[in-house]
Amino acid sequence: MLTIKVLGSGCANCKRVEQIVHKVVQEMTLEAEVIKVTEYPEIMKYNIMSTPGLVINEKIVSTGRIPTPVEVTTWLADAMEKA
Amino acid sequence: MTTLDHSSLPHTKKHLFPILAIAVFAWLTVYNVIQPLADWISYTLLGLARDSRFGESLAFFLYDVPKILLLLSGMVFAISIIRTFFSPERTRAMLGGKREGIGNVFAALLGIVTPFCSCSAVPLFIGFVESGIPLGVTFSFLIAAPTINEVAVIMLFGLFGWKVAALYVTSGLVIAILAGIVIGRLKMERYVEDFVWQIKSGAGQVLDEKLTWNDRIERAWESVKEIVGKVWLYVVIGIAVGAGIHGYVPESALVGIMGKQAWWSVPAAVLLGIPLYSNAAGIIPIVSALMEKGASLGTVLAFMMAVVGLSLPETIILRRVLKPQLIAVFIGVIAVAIIFTGYLFNIIL
Repeated sequence: MLTIKVLGSGCANCKRVEQIVHKVVQEMTLEAEVIKVTEYPEIMKYNIMSTPGLVINEKIVSTGRIPTPVEVTTWLADAMEKA
Repeated sequence: MTTLDHSSLPHTKKHLFPILAIAVFAWLTVYNVIQPLADWISYTLLGLARDSRFGESLAFFLYDVPKILLLLSGMVFAISIIRTFFSPERTRAMLGGKREGIGNVFAALLGIVTPFCSCSAVPLFIGFVESGIPLGVTFSFLIAAPTINEVAVIMLFGLFGWKVAALYVTSGLVIAILAGIVIGRLKMERYVEDFVWQIKSGAGQVLDEKLTWNDRIERAWESVKEIVGKVWLYVVIGIAVGAGIHGYVPESALVGIMGKQAWWSVPAAVLLGIPLYSNAAGIIPIVSALMEKGASLGTVLAFMMAVVGLSLPETIILRRVLKPQLIAVFIGVIAVAIIFTGYLFNIIL
């Protein structure tokens, strides 16, 4: 079971990242919990300075941009191997 | 420190340099045929008279729309490549330990090249002040980054030429540096929301990616699609209105209300510009046509800086971390600086 967090206060780009994550999770038929983190004190715990941020199993994989579905797929597969 | 290795990604196997070379060649070819093509369509194909109002407006529109969209795509690509070498985290590291003054200069310069979106203003602000970067230095960055924004500068270059674009960048830098120093001197730390000072960032893990050239090219292409996709409609509408003004409004019609003699036009332009943020791409072509009809450069530049630099959405976002007093000082200091710049250019040019 993966824990995926999308960090961001709810801007358009953050929603886009969330959509991509949901789509990829579905395509890979993964068991994953996708959590939206919108409070700044919580976001800042990940030491990031640009949103949206993407965290998979507490590991930061991307900040400040919208990753491509291909990238997300690779990161998720990576996290599954390590889990 | 976590390092990402992208070489395992399947899409990096392709070699993107040949594709890039072909794209550059195609870009140059198209860029050079727009003018003859626009004239041919307007005057030969449609048979409009060269000095007719509609003919002039149409030729103007058919030339400017593809020209600006091509310039935007090409230059956003180049700028995005440069920006893949910078990140807010690296900028913060470079600003660490810098004194006020020199720190403000560095912050304003880094504001141009660091990737920035106003939606990230809050984490960036917290990340800066929490690491001990002075408030004034942080503000120099937060003023320069949105003001000297790629879309505005490219469109100024395309429609006004490089001199005006350079003037805009220089005055944006000076305003960011001076406004940052002023805010720093005012010792406004207590007007930062209290929770900001209590935040402790998680230690250690900072994303530090190793990018290949293929990654950089792909990311730059993604930003071209994103930015041009977002602004193209505003560009088309703005140029359509500008083309109408170009063909139909008589010469020097605006000297009286937007010329140098109208002293109140600079503050009026700034007040009008503050709420107009999202339409920066559409406003520049209109303003360019207004200048042709007698508006003065200082007034026009002040207007554009207010539109682009003093953005309402960014201010609303910053309200999360700044108390109203500091927001007011922030807007006030920049507005005064922009008005001063407008008058200065109206006097010296």
